[in-house]
Amino acid sequence: MSGVRVLVGTRKGAFILTSDGGRKRWKVDGPHFAGWEIYHLKGSPADPDRIYASQSSGWFGQVLQRSNDAGKTWAAAGNQFQYEGETGTHLWYDDTPHPWEFKRVWHLEPSLDDPDRVYAGVEDAAFFESRDGATTWTELAGLRTHPTASGWTPGAGGLCLHTIVIDPTNPERIYIAISAAGVFRSEDGGKSWRPANKGLRSNTMPDEDAEVGHCVHRIAMHPSRPQTLFMQKHWDVMRTDDCADTWREISGNLPTDFGFVIDVNANDPETVYVIPITSDSHHFVPDGKLRVYRSKTGGDDWEALTNGLPQKDCYVNVLRDAMDVDSLDPSGIYFGTSGGQVYVSPDGGDSWSAIVRDLPAVLSVEVQTLK
Amino acid sequence: MIQVVLPRNLQILAGVGRVVEVQVQGPATQRSVLDALEADHPALLGTVRDAVTKKRRPMIRFFACEEDLSNEPLDAPLPAPVAEGKEPLLIIGAIAGG
Repeated sequence: MSGVRVLVGTRKGAFILTSDGGRKRWKVDGPHFAGWEIYHLKGSPADPDRIYASQSSGWFGQVLQRSNDAGKTWAAAGNQFQYEGETGTHLWYDDTPHPWEFKRVWHLEPSLDDPDRVYAGVEDAAFFESRDGATTWTELAGLRTHPTASGWTPGAGGLCLHTIVIDPTNPERIYIAISAAGVFRSEDGGKSWRPANKGLRSNTMPDEDAEVGHCVHRIAMHPSRPQTLFMQKHWDVMRTDDCADTWREISGNLPTDFGFVIDVNANDPETVYVIPITSDSHHFVPDGKLRVYRSKTGGDDWEALTNGLPQKDCYVNVLRDAMDVDSLDPSGIYFGTSGGQVYVSPDGGDSWSAIVRDLPAVLSVEVQTLK
Repeated sequence: MIQVVLPRNLQILAGVGRVVEVQVQGPATQRSVLDALEADHPALLGTVRDAVTKKRRPMIRFFACEEDLSNEPLDAPLPAPVAEGKEPLLIIGAIAGG
């Protein structure tokens, strides 16, 4: 019997939502780690019962949690994220050099084939790897020591490495995104990196098409077409079909091309979803209407999906890690809001309903398809 | 045994009650008490003080015997009632909100 498990990270704990393949009736479990910020949880593709969670607090710092039984029980794993060698500096908001300082883990990306291997993207931006189930962590320092790194500047949310995408046909090829440095690609499992931002333009920089410095919010890939990536940049929705060698804009008829999330339908690599947000000064949806936009043409031509979503007096935001898809047929689409709602569409976006409405502000949504 | 009072979030993290007891080697100081606490409860590593520098996390305070010991040297002796187990060392999270 197929089913789904939705892992939800919030400002005040983690929740696990489960349903059968119908995705109509839900069981809500939590809060786990009540009172702590849960930036991200993610299950291992190789062992769905193995789940990692990033737990943090302004008071108590970073904790890494691991479950071996699908979130029924948890144990604290290793939380020592030490930068390798000289830490150096990046630029601060006022353009002065600022020492690299570890603050938190934004994103966890388990290996595709080894439950004990997991990558972590952290703030201040760096790329870590564990090969022992998150017990110990090693920085792959080629990213942080990239020649451009001393010129990286934080976005408003900090200098965070928030997105990690592994090419399923070549796990040595990894893409990451940093706010506000941009996309980097590795061909050697994270040892070395090069910027992959050609085609991006950002008017927040004096050189609008600079090699680095772009505030990339999220990138997404369909596993069957790993040379194609979709991007929600601070402003602009983008696409590449050559492994991020070049990008082109596909914002098309979106009401605004600012936003955070972007994802691809599991059953169609040309069906893409975004949730437009009014602007970088108005972190809520336009016109009081919560609308997911879907393109069935790989971008440029977008349709608003509203059936079951609030269409008046709605002023929520949807953060970069707070959308995911399941791989059932039809594919389910999920997202969580700053207002604490988690919505599901079991039919690829045609209709929506709230699984829960009153959680703490949602930071991340990850879906495990259980077959 | 020295008594240490933990904030609620750390009680949950370590799976313990409000008060934990630790045995220290040598003089009772902030360092020796925290060393013993982390040895007994590894889940607390890095949550009260930085795991490498041993510096107190900025929003954590140490109180005992109605005194704020937060800025005392790490190796300064704790008050005698704490060392004798008559008074607890309180680990406090700075007040939240406004």
